[in-house]
Amino acid sequence: MSDINTIIKPENLIYKRTDVLSDNDLSYCPGCGHGTVHKLIAEVIEEMGIQDTTIGIAPVGCSVLAYNYLEIDWQQAAHGRAPALATAVKRLMPEKNVFSYQGDGDLAAIGTAETIHACNRGENIVMIFINNGIYGMTGGQMAPTTLPGMAASTCPHGRDVSHDGEPIKISEILAQLPGTCYVTRQSVHTAANVRKSKKALRKAFENQQANKGTSLVEIVSNCNSGWKMTPIKSNEWMEENMFPYYPLGDIKNQ
Amino acid sequence: MRELKLMKGNEAIAEAAIRAGVDGYFGYPITPQSEVMETLMAEKPWETTGMVVLQAESETASINMVYGGAGCGKRVMTSSSSPGVSLMQEGLTYLAGAELPCVVVNVVRGGPGLGTIQPAQSDYFQTVKGGGHGDYKLITLAPASVQEMADFVELSFDLAFKYRNPVMILSDGVIGQMMEKVELNEQKPRWTEDYINENYPWATTGKKANRAKNIITSVQLEASVQEEFNHKLQAKYRSVEENEVRFEEVMCDDAEYLIVAYGSSARICQKSIEIARAKGIKVGMLRPITLYPFPTEQLMKRAKQVKGMLSVEMSAGQMVEDVKLAVECSVPVEHFGRFGGSVHSPGEVVEALEQKLIGG
Repeated sequence: MSDINTIIKPENLIYKRTDVLSDNDLSYCPGCGHGTVHKLIAEVIEEMGIQDTTIGIAPVGCSVLAYNYLEIDWQQAAHGRAPALATAVKRLMPEKNVFSYQGDGDLAAIGTAETIHACNRGENIVMIFINNGIYGMTGGQMAPTTLPGMAASTCPHGRDVSHDGEPIKISEILAQLPGTCYVTRQSVHTAANVRKSKKALRKAFENQQANKGTSLVEIVSNCNSGWKMTPIKSNEWMEENMFPYYPLGDIKNQ
Repeated sequence: MRELKLMKGNEAIAEAAIRAGVDGYFGYPITPQSEVMETLMAEKPWETTGMVVLQAESETASINMVYGGAGCGKRVMTSSSSPGVSLMQEGLTYLAGAELPCVVVNVVRGGPGLGTIQPAQSDYFQTVKGGGHGDYKLITLAPASVQEMADFVELSFDLAFKYRNPVMILSDGVIGQMMEKVELNEQKPRWTEDYINENYPWATTGKKANRAKNIITSVQLEASVQEEFNHKLQAKYRSVEENEVRFEEVMCDDAEYLIVAYGSSARICQKSIEIARAKGIKVGMLRPITLYPFPTEQLMKRAKQVKGMLSVEMSAGQMVEDVKLAVECSVPVEHFGRFGGSVHSPGEVVEALEQKLIGG
């Protein structure tokens, strides 16, 4: 039987928390996917050695305080405007690595114009898009991506598509634009999906370094608080309901 | 001797921006200021100084591009006209809340609504009283000539970075469109990233190992923290009011009446003064060059000397409220001005002076 001090030697270390993550307590609900995505971005930044050259753009929404959790320089944008900020940061400092981190309300409702035009110009940035089909921070209102029939506080009887339209598949729209080089939809609800998401994020940052244009990584995530389910139940519900409408996998990969 | 050119006010803004070593311009076309971006695109400064020039999808996007650039410590600007500047109000309050330096040019046209493309000065309230939400101020410079359009670009950036606050150049369709000779500065280099890191250590240029991460934000979830931050902002504004008031006086020494006018109205009123003085009316003019901070003290000083003041503006009466506040109603203060795109003549101003202040 090995002594614990022998086991914890640095040469035996096979996994540790990346130093790009801060020590701050996460403000996210237990069970939410944001924390996992943050960790993956932090790991990719550390592994690529780009901590000192990466600028993140935080949105309005649950992840408004994302800047508290990753040890990089950050700007926090007005609701929906992150792609406009990222555009200027990257154009003015082309040698830096720039990403926006946005939710569905931010990217696919109030910021639709900024999103589409940044992608259409082929801005050489990474856009990370968390799609949980609801406005989490403001208390569970209907999002542009809320599923048909799905209840939210501003559609308590379920989304009526004859009244509110169908949920928008923004990633499929953005994949149509010549400016995007990589559009993928992933999730972080199982270990296998976490690994795939990390690969997708890494590829997106590598695309930026290769000046290939806009990379969009959509992560379909649960919102157990907003959906009013336990974390486990919300992940099951996500598999059964979200994935058929928002199928996982690459939508565009050039 | 600086280079002398005949230019439109809008062209002078663009030319001065390149020569000042500005890093980026982000804009959206709108009359009567589209020549600013057109001139920049024709000059192609990205091939000479490396300046970024980008046509955005909206004024909302362009002011947020300005936010992104300013957050990196870059000298960035935009320009627009009234309806477009209304769209920028969200961005301006965020810029002020995040304490970011930038320059915004408003070549004002008549409103409300889509209004007219003809000149006006009816965005005074929007500019100096807030415009966007929250307790903030824009340092506001009002050029009265094409020369000042050029000169105020660099001055605005100096003030913006000195106070970490957005600066508005409040012009109008007359100054933007008219041609005058203008002396242009020599080309200055753009700032290097080392210079920015040394002088503006808050800039998000990438987290260096020897410093904590930089965060540009205007969100303060705790009310007590937000209040404390607002006290800090207010202290900054008091400092601006103490140190940055700029104005010009014309024939004030023996004046019995005072015209208060800025921008193109002030140019028109210079002629009005000649006409009035030829008729034996001793009138002078105070031209605020900074609309915020407002030349309150100097107006109060002149209030002890004159029998009345006439605020002449191409609006239904906006700056007149600040003139009244400045003189604390110690002398009669009247307003005159054509508005909605119409421009008053020098003679109309003299008539208003006679009717509203001198009597009969």
